[in-house]
Amino acid sequence: MTRSRWAVVALTTGALALAGCNAGSSTTGTSASPDGSASAKTGGAITIGLVAEPASLDFTQADGAAAPQLELTNIYETLVKLDNTGEIVPSLAKSWKVSDDKLTYTFTLVDNATFTDGAKFTAKDAAFSINRVKTGWVPSVKAAMDVVSDAKAVSDTELQVTLSKPSNNWLYKMTTRIGAMMSEAGIADLANKPVGTGPYVFSSWNRGDSIELKANASYWGKKPNFDTVTFKYFKDPTALNNALLTGAINVVGTVQAPESLGQFESAGKYQIIEGTTNGEVLLSMNNSRAPFNNLKARQAVRTAIDHKALMDTCWAGKGALIGSMVPPTDPWYEDRTGDYPFDLAKAKSLLQESGMAGTPIQMKLPANLPYATACGQVVKSMLEEAGFTVNLSQLEFPAAWLQTVFKDADYDMSMVAHVEPRDLPAVFGNPKYYPRYDNAKVQELIAAADSGTAEEEVTKMKEAAKIISEDAAGDFLFVLPNLMVADKDITGLPKNAIGESFDLSQLGRS
Amino acid sequence: MLVRILSRVSIFLASLLASSILVFLVMTLLPGDPARVALGVNASDEAVATLRHTYGLDRALPVQYLEWLKDLVTFDLGKSYISGALIAPQIADRLQVTLLLVVVSMVIALIVSLPLGTLSAVRHRHLDGVALSALSQVGVSVPAFLLGILLIALFAVTLGWLPAGGWTPPAQGPGLFARQILLPALSLGVVQGAVVARYVRSSVIDVMREDYIRTARAKGLRPMPALIKHGLRNASIPVVTVLALQLATLLIGAVVVERVFVIPGLGSLLLDSVSNRDLLMVQDVVMVLVVAVLLVNLLVEVLYVVIDPRLRTVGGRS
Repeated sequence: MTRSRWAVVALTTGALALAGCNAGSSTTGTSASPDGSASAKTGGAITIGLVAEPASLDFTQADGAAAPQLELTNIYETLVKLDNTGEIVPSLAKSWKVSDDKLTYTFTLVDNATFTDGAKFTAKDAAFSINRVKTGWVPSVKAAMDVVSDAKAVSDTELQVTLSKPSNNWLYKMTTRIGAMMSEAGIADLANKPVGTGPYVFSSWNRGDSIELKANASYWGKKPNFDTVTFKYFKDPTALNNALLTGAINVVGTVQAPESLGQFESAGKYQIIEGTTNGEVLLSMNNSRAPFNNLKARQAVRTAIDHKALMDTCWAGKGALIGSMVPPTDPWYEDRTGDYPFDLAKAKSLLQESGMAGTPIQMKLPANLPYATACGQVVKSMLEEAGFTVNLSQLEFPAAWLQTVFKDADYDMSMVAHVEPRDLPAVFGNPKYYPRYDNAKVQELIAAADSGTAEEEVTKMKEAAKIISEDAAGDFLFVLPNLMVADKDITGLPKNAIGESFDLSQLGRS
Repeated sequence: MLVRILSRVSIFLASLLASSILVFLVMTLLPGDPARVALGVNASDEAVATLRHTYGLDRALPVQYLEWLKDLVTFDLGKSYISGALIAPQIADRLQVTLLLVVVSMVIALIVSLPLGTLSAVRHRHLDGVALSALSQVGVSVPAFLLGILLIALFAVTLGWLPAGGWTPPAQGPGLFARQILLPALSLGVVQGAVVARYVRSSVIDVMREDYIRTARAKGLRPMPALIKHGLRNASIPVVTVLALQLATLLIGAVVVERVFVIPGLGSLLLDSVSNRDLLMVQDVVMVLVVAVLLVNLLVEVLYVVIDPRLRTVGGRS
């Protein structure tokens, strides 16, 4: 009797569970088979595991790297794009000419591109897209378009853009999200229905889980190899790794813990791809207050850190040592690691000379960024070895860190990877930026680089990077590696993560 | 009885109001500015101020609170700061996922705890009873997420029997759904089962010492039938209380377990929203959780009255 009563309870609960059968299914479309078993080999589908899910698909209204990573070059195309070595190459623009005064850019556009709503892509759309950045966009990245004074269509395939002053950086920025080509008819509901010209179209979004793209059947360029590409998002790095190990995904798009690569190496059925990124891990110092308004104290920091040992300890030796705020893929890269070689005795004496030995350092680290957690402790102990007193605290990233360190500059030392491309001018050319580094010479060089010839740009930027390094405006720990793990037969993965997008166009299966 | 229920309902409403004030205050104390997170690192102060105005964050706190309260009462949860999408459908969608997980976990917890607890009570003077009791103590000490990680390592990564995570709505693939929910529900359910088993055990031991059980034994019933026929209903009152409390724990525990198993439930929505400073979403999700927990408690109060006839009169023992 009682036993059967419990059975009734169990059955009732089971029925309740069945009543909720559609839980989690209110999104459109179906999610890819989490087993990956059925779809992986036959239907031309691939699932890529990543960490950060976009908050919104509309990157014209909300900031964040995850939406451009998914959409740029895949759903939206740009006039010019960045190839995997960092060169600016044609995309929707076949070619472009720059006037002698470097103020007028004339782009010749492809004539066979269409938007996914069926409309033809013309110079009018290009002019509309460029002008809308200034008038309709919200996030701060739109500032890169301020230099444009006019954009107009000369004919269907010819676009003329006039700048208010010469700017090398502008063309480069046109490879980023602000260069995304949209149409006036297509922007009505960008958060739910992105309309672009790219090789893929948005299919469905299972919020909190995955976003699915389908091949664009009417794409003007080389047709993509996969019918379906699914980006699946994992907050937890271990869950991301497990998903590949159990066949739920085909690619780990970004490895969050380099020491976890060992399990994939020993399994034998995966390929490990090691490239580079734009992410300079900057040990920032607040140049506007003691102790780091003192040159010798900053130099003591740079001399006290054994960068090779640091990278070996906290990031499994993966990455590249740089010595300044320039990643190896930028045209003005120079190895500046020789400026302050590790020398503990010298660091100690520099600190004594500075007179700042008694001033404790408030080191405020972003709490939930793996490299900061791993490397912060190592930096702390290396600095203490040299005689610094370090008070380490952690701040939730991004919100709390942005408020305290970034906006209020209430810190002495912090650590964050600056992943924005070509970000030296933003970080060290603006005295209000959180390192509060104010050097007129550097600002002059940056301005001259932007307005000069291509050669001048390289030499001036090299010089600016040299001054920043010698001035010890910060310490440049290393450049984050781009680490991916994939099934052995996946080809065409973007080796370097140096633009804003995860370029799917070359992806295939051998 | 009616008075009793009415008083419980008014306590329920007062608790709701108090929680809403608390939730709102905690949100205002949270460091970080939603507008700055939305605009990105290089945003100018003017742009941040404009967006704060759009969000309505520049209004006086009491005004913001009352507006929110008005919206809550009319079941209008508003739009997300970050995505601009309506909040209510998102919460409804995620809540279903979490509830399914919680219900399945609860079933597992009951399957584990009732036989285990009763058996270890009946045999509490024997070695096997003590061993069962010790085992449940171990279960109590293991956090659900840790058990989850261990289960994944064994059943998904090493043996390859079950998926390491993910979520498929049952209507789309019942088989896959069952395979995917098994490990997360086990990690929540086994730990909860161990907790509940300890209460079942002590409750049954108490009941077995009661006079009416001795009387039943005296008239010739053997221990198990005596317990089942006369004891279980009495023993179930404290257990029902604990189950209700555990339901709240399960809801909260699901937040972490959802992350380990990559389940798009209410917990992951909450964590994402906190990190994006999508404050309105956070407030609404937390209020939904508060309502759920308070509702369960209210139901338990009512259930007592059903189980225990002594409570049906106003002056009854509470």
